[in-house]
Formats: sequence, structure tokens, C-alpha cells
Amino acid sequence: MFVPRPVERLEDGRFEVRLSDHERALLRGLPAALDDLLVAEPGDPSLRRLFPPAHEDAELEAEYRGLVGAELLDGHRASLHALAQTVDREHVSEEELHAWLSALNDLRLVLGTRLGVTEETYEEGIDEKDPHADDLALYAYLTWLQDGILEVLA
Amino acid sequence: MSQTIAVPVEVDVPSGEDETVRDKPWIVIVWNDPINLMSYVTFVFQKLFGYGKEEATRLMLEVHNDGKSVVSSGTREKAEHDVARLHAHGLWATMRQD
Repeated sequence: MFVPRPVERLEDGRFEVRLSDHERALLRGLPAALDDLLVAEPGDPSLRRLFPPAHEDAELEAEYRGLVGAELLDGHRASLHALAQTVDREHVSEEELHAWLSALNDLRLVLGTRLGVTEETYEEGIDEKDPHADDLALYAYLTWLQDGILEVLA
Repeated sequence: MSQTIAVPVEVDVPSGEDETVRDKPWIVIVWNDPINLMSYVTFVFQKLFGYGKEEATRLMLEVHNDGKSVVSSGTREKAEHDVARLHAHGLWATMRQD
């Protein structure tokens, strides 16, 4: 089956967005939900992959967190806003597409952490009876979309 | 995002063991994880460090196959800057003195 790419590079350097209304609605809602979580529950364990430790040493780690923690949070939020705000457009710039990549990656990091994704998770496909089947399908969709964007940017 | 440019300055030459330890370079390590895509990791290495596709792919494969790879090194400030940029892109990076 031929599956078209979600995004195509145009000759003028911009990118054409080829997503359905349903996909666009999804990509407006997910970043907003993650942004709400970042603000309301910054200590939520599913967010830990967005703020990985830099140092083993607790004192050095606290210094690092104080230095970059706020900027890191702002960066994650800015990418999520950029995706939600541009997802209804027919065309996006390369810079905007870079923000999409970061936002999609953040969404996958949080969802993947919640689902406990491993490198073997999708080897046998998704079992429809799995209580997390919907989220596993969503994660697989986000992976497909991110990979498709990387293909046109590479 | 700013970039540090090395300029020649006059410095007191450090002596003694403490200074030697302090001057040891810091290395930045990227660890394998099951979520970040191989294509994404390669893309981030190219974007952040200016590596060509081949070198970025080699480093990505090292992360994937060996579990980790040293992707940059230098002063503590430089390493911290690189780790922060990798974290901003969702990669699992740590730093330590070599």
C-alpha cells in the first residue's frame, strides 16, 4: 500500500503539510495537554525524560538544575506551542518544522515513559485486547509522523 | 544561542595537583534509550555539532550498539552547554570529568 508522506518539501524551501482534519485536531490537543501537565504537575514521573540528570553527583546536579532548569522548561513549552499554533496551516517553514520535531519527540518521550516502551514493544504489533492499545497506537502514529518529517529534512 | 569563542588571554600558569584535576577535560556522553529514533538522534548530532551525515550516523550507531557514546568534550562550561542543548532536544546526556 502506498502511504504518502505527512510533509513534503516544496521547491521554494517551505514544507507542505498533508494531514487530515482528524490528525490536526489531535496535534492541537496533545501539546496543550502536555503543556498543562508541565505547568500543573512539573514533578510528574512521566515528565522525567524531559529533564534528564546531567551529573551523578547530587551537588553538581543541583547546580546544573538551577542553571538550566527554567530555560529547559521554557524550550519544551515553546516547541509545544509552536506545533499547536501552526498545525492547521497548509505550509510551514523549516524552522517551524524543527519545532514540530522537538514537540513530537517530547510527546513521544512522555507517552513512551508512561507506556514503558522498550525496543521490543512493537515487534509483534499491537494486541487489540491490550488495555493500552489506544495509547500504543497513538505512540506508533507519532513515531510515524516524526520519522516522516525527518525524511524530508534529512 | 550563543557560542563561546576562544580568545588568547594572559593567565597564571596553574601548579599543583588540584589544578591538574581541575583542568582535566569534561566529556559528554549520550546514552541509548528505547524512545528516541535512530534517525532523530543522527539529525540532532548533525544540527548541534555540525557533524556530517556519516560521522553523525557513526556516533548514533555507537550509542545504539554499545549503549553510549562520547559526543563532545572540553571545559566544564562547554560540556554543560552541550548537555543542556542535548537535553533541550530530548536526548539522554550526562557529563563527567575524564
